[in-house]
Amino acid sequence: MAERELKVRPIRSGTVIDHIQAGQALNVLKILGISGTTDATVSVIMNVGSRKLGKKDIVKVEDRELREDEVNKIALIAPGATINIVRDYAVVEKYTVDLPDVIVGVVRCQNPSCISNTNEPIKPKMLVKGKNPVVLRCFYCDQPLTERIAEYLL
Amino acid sequence: MLKRRHVLSMKDFSREEIDEILETAESLEPYARGKGSDILDGKILALMFFEPSTRTRMSFETAMKRLGGMTINLGSAEASSIAKGESLADTIRVVGGYADAIVIRHPKEGSARLAAEFSPVPVLNAGDGAGHHPTQTLLDLYTIKKESHLDDLSIALVGDLKYGRTVHSLAYALSLYGADIYLVSPPTLRMPEQIIGDLSRMGTRVREVSDLREVIEEVDVLYITRIQRERFPDPVEYNRVARSYSINTRDLEGAKPELRIMHPLPRVDEISPSIDGTKHAVYFRQSFYGVPVRMALLKMILED
Repeated sequence: MAERELKVRPIRSGTVIDHIQAGQALNVLKILGISGTTDATVSVIMNVGSRKLGKKDIVKVEDRELREDEVNKIALIAPGATINIVRDYAVVEKYTVDLPDVIVGVVRCQNPSCISNTNEPIKPKMLVKGKNPVVLRCFYCDQPLTERIAEYLL
Repeated sequence: MLKRRHVLSMKDFSREEIDEILETAESLEPYARGKGSDILDGKILALMFFEPSTRTRMSFETAMKRLGGMTINLGSAEASSIAKGESLADTIRVVGGYADAIVIRHPKEGSARLAAEFSPVPVLNAGDGAGHHPTQTLLDLYTIKKESHLDDLSIALVGDLKYGRTVHSLAYALSLYGADIYLVSPPTLRMPEQIIGDLSRMGTRVREVSDLREVIEEVDVLYITRIQRERFPDPVEYNRVARSYSINTRDLEGAKPELRIMHPLPRVDEISPSIDGTKHAVYFRQSFYGVPVRMALLKMILED
């Protein structure tokens, strides 16, 4: 089972993010803050055949176990993605990303007139109104955010 | 029911809560007209208007004083610590220590909700940019109830339906009462699709028309809003549109005798002064009704 899911090349330790909606792998890297200057070994696999999704992307990050707040961010652009935490070639933890009902400090409001886009001592707060597809609504000004969510990530 | 609660958006209220506010307002009308009351004796209301206001600010002040309470005023933002760069959050925390409730108008959307997060006392939203203005909607509902009827209402919303925050929240509130709503606007100022969709899903019959004459014989209430000059880059186009959406007595031919015309004011050219003297015109009484409605809210929130 594990071998089939990690078919490109099993990693020794780190995180495998599977079942990413095809085309979103690079956004996942952006959310994780992984750019071209990273030292980490990263594999990006795009448009792999998937029984569940038709096509999917996979990201493997070696020697890094994702924290929960990072996982939440991924759910914004890749709902349904699964997280595999790998230690010594074994999946020690596996779960599907799941958006909480409220997301604080991850994505900003797209309304330029919103009070959350000023210098007030608050973090942007989004209410999750739909999970797949993701529908967010700004807690402060009610402005919905459904498309191009990746552009509004902090 | 409303005790110590914030008033931020009409969406926070159920139909039953709205009914209770309107009934309380009705019972307070004699006091709004000058019969003395001291039920809020010793209470202080802070007025924080970061944007110009005549009716809303003065009617809140009148409402508080008619009930025996007092008001304190932020004054102009330039003369306060805002000018020194203080955040709204800090200002609210400070003023919340001086008063029993805060009324705020601020140009940024969501500012009242932010204020509510930081305020130790109830916050009443008196307009947050293009966002919400719930006390205006409550006084509009009260006007309709007093001057016409809320049940089985047929209403035309006329003018700027795109940016006008009052018509959006009024339309939502009317859908709680099962009203038939006609939307009459220039093509560039149509009500946003999302709101029309929401209203339809709530079971409201919503129809868009471009000419008031198509519906004038059917409606019980005309709710006219101002078409703002700044929405039009071209002044010629503004003049053309504004003229075609101004109402005079000829436009009312065929209207029901009991038709009522409302306007949140200030008006510019939307309603001809020739209509002011007719029994259709209720817009000045509408602005008076802001007093009993705001008295009702202050009483329900602040009374011990």
